[in-house]
Amino acid sequence: MAKRRRRPLKAAIWPIRTLPQRTVRFVVRQIRRHWSRSMRLRVVATTMLLGLLVVLAVGTFLSFRIKAGLIESRQKTAMLEAEGLTKTATELFDRSVYSDAERQESFVNDLISRLEGPGGPELRGVSLLRALRSTQPSELRDRSSRITPSVIPDSLRAAVNRSSRQQAQITSLPGVGGQKGMPALAVGSVIDVPLSGPYELYFIFPLQREQEILDLVQRTLLLAGIGLVLLVGGVAYVVTRQVVTPVRQAAKTAEELASGRLDRRMKVRGQDDIARLGRAFNGMAASLERQIHQLEELSRVQRRFVSDVSHELRTPLTTIRMASEVIHEGRHGLDPVLSRSAELLQNQLDRFELLLTDLLEISRFDAGAAVLDIEAEDVREVVERVVEVLLPLAESRGSTIELRVPPEPCLAQIDSRRVERIVRNLLGNAIEHGEGGPIEVRIAGSAEAVAIAVHDYGVGINVDDLAMVFNRFWRADLARARTTGGTGLGLAIAQEDAHLHGGWLQAWGEPGVGAVFRLTLPRQVGAVLVGSPLPLVPHLGDPDEDGDQAGVEGAAEFPNAAAGLAQMLPEPGCDRPVRQRG
Amino acid sequence: MRGRVLVVDDDNALSEMLGIVLRGEGFEPMFCADGLGALEAFRATRPDLVLLDLMLPGKDGIEVCRLIRAESGVPIVMLTAKSDTVDVVLGLESGADDYMVKPFKPKELVARVRARLRRTDEPSPESLDIGDVGIDVAGHVVRRGDEVISLTPLEFDLLVALARKPWQVFTREVLLEQVWGYRHAADTRLVNVHVQRLRSKIEKDPERPEIVVTVRGVGYKAGPA
Repeated sequence: MAKRRRRPLKAAIWPIRTLPQRTVRFVVRQIRRHWSRSMRLRVVATTMLLGLLVVLAVGTFLSFRIKAGLIESRQKTAMLEAEGLTKTATELFDRSVYSDAERQESFVNDLISRLEGPGGPELRGVSLLRALRSTQPSELRDRSSRITPSVIPDSLRAAVNRSSRQQAQITSLPGVGGQKGMPALAVGSVIDVPLSGPYELYFIFPLQREQEILDLVQRTLLLAGIGLVLLVGGVAYVVTRQVVTPVRQAAKTAEELASGRLDRRMKVRGQDDIARLGRAFNGMAASLERQIHQLEELSRVQRRFVSDVSHELRTPLTTIRMASEVIHEGRHGLDPVLSRSAELLQNQLDRFELLLTDLLEISRFDAGAAVLDIEAEDVREVVERVVEVLLPLAESRGSTIELRVPPEPCLAQIDSRRVERIVRNLLGNAIEHGEGGPIEVRIAGSAEAVAIAVHDYGVGINVDDLAMVFNRFWRADLARARTTGGTGLGLAIAQEDAHLHGGWLQAWGEPGVGAVFRLTLPRQVGAVLVGSPLPLVPHLGDPDEDGDQAGVEGAAEFPNAAAGLAQMLPEPGCDRPVRQRG
Repeated sequence: MRGRVLVVDDDNALSEMLGIVLRGEGFEPMFCADGLGALEAFRATRPDLVLLDLMLPGKDGIEVCRLIRAESGVPIVMLTAKSDTVDVVLGLESGADDYMVKPFKPKELVARVRARLRRTDEPSPESLDIGDVGIDVAGHVVRRGDEVISLTPLEFDLLVALARKPWQVFTREVLLEQVWGYRHAADTRLVNVHVQRLRSKIEKDPERPEIVVTVRGVGYKAGPA
């Protein structure tokens, strides 16, 4: 009940997911499923990931090295070039003869255009700036050609001012007119300008060529990297395929073997490890097949043996039985000793025959050869038939049999011969151990099951013995004389019969109080029982109360009594062949 | 001409014992100890009933049963050590009228033999119709139009029992009592097998019977005349 109530509540608490969320979740689930199921996917993905990391590392390293090398070599030539140009500028200034600012102005203009050299792909920029450290007043304007002075980093200017030597630093040129900016090398030093004191002279060498080379190298590296990763993935795929395919084949073959097709084998090619696995696998399968066939043969031989013994024993037994009968018929003419002997012979032959029949029945169960002969029957009628047959025996022991049946039919798909045999056994036991007390037989039905409970108020059963009552040839009290001449196999057979129906046969007992044997059968063959319509443990205080509503939980109401429960449930999945009567 | 019984059994002791019991009840037993000679012996002795062991050296009981049935409707009672449905049904399908599982009591044996030999005592001139089949009870003849359908005595009894009360549904138990003569019988397999054998002879389409109709969950009844 609690379970049923919780469910809608849970649904209400859950947030409603949007479609994309659900799609993503679905995709993630799918990937996770494939990930956990496919070894090939895992290997390929892992290999590619590791390959990618290696390629990234190598690519980055290479690209840095190449970049550094390019800049270094360019810097060397640039500095040489700048040195030469600076020297030229210094010489020109030294030799200059200008007296006023106007002259100086035009001189410097000439100088700058000389310094910047001819136009070309590698245009260098020139900048003449008043030195930061200059204290001398000057009328000479700062000037720059092809660049703005702002591209010269402040740190470079500081370094140039501090030192008397040439300084170089990487800077970047801003993009012009939608063009991309590019790195450049700025080389600077301080020169003395007559009349105007110290000035910084900078040459800016654009690194366009170097950038192009670097770009090309990086593109190449990227392409090579992608190719490499794909190649590694492909290799991993091929390799795992070579390994996984035989493994998958082995798994498939193993599944087929497990499903009973014992002649299945793996295909084996070559001499490698996989081939060895295949050969070992096939060897195992062959050995398995051999052993199973051996066991089958053994079991067949045993069944055959039991069947043969049956025939061989039964034929002489028939002769003996008939001979005994003939003697028995004529016993009145014999002297008393012979007459009594004939009687004993006759009685013991009956017993011998019963024992033989029961033994054969048990061996049939053991061989798995017992088959249900199913027909829908009213359980009440089956029980009534048995009670009718056994009533004289009960009365001869002073017992009454009280049959309590529901007014409506209790239809169930049963093998009536077997159910009759179970009830006969239970009732026979109740009469034997009932000590002349009353015996109650109750029948009840629920939607899924019918139950028959036989209750006697006799010697009862020990808690310790409850677990053993269904054992073969088990006797409650070895000292007790056997009177009704049971074979000791009755309850064992009854339980096998109950299990064949998918039913339960359970016992409850208390010494001196009595015993209850309850048979529960599903109405439909193959249905799984969940409970019984009758309580196993009787209402001790009020034995007349109808137990219909108590159900199996009845046992829980009597903790002491519940301890005395012997639940003999069939093992799950114990399917027996069922033949429907046509 | 009452009570000549051919005992086909390889166990000499049992044969002799069967002989003693049968003779004690006024029958005239004859013996055959193997399957190969069984048909010879049957032809030579023309018995009123055959007691046939299912397991025989030479030729097994089922084969012998089939051969005898091929040329005669004589009542055959099989003796078998196996009571499993497969064995029993196999025996019945080969043509046996009845079977007995070893070990059995002499009284049981005699009762079965008597039941098989007991013919409808007063051959009252009676003519029955069931479906498009006519039965001349006194003459033991079944006809569809001019064609005579050959039935074994047991099949004939079964058909007559159904035809006499076409309004009644017969349970298998009632049929066992009326046709086989069992008091409180348990084995309804006998009825099932023989109804099928009967249908295969008298029905136009045994898959869709019109003369012996199954009443689900109850038993059988005669089809509308």
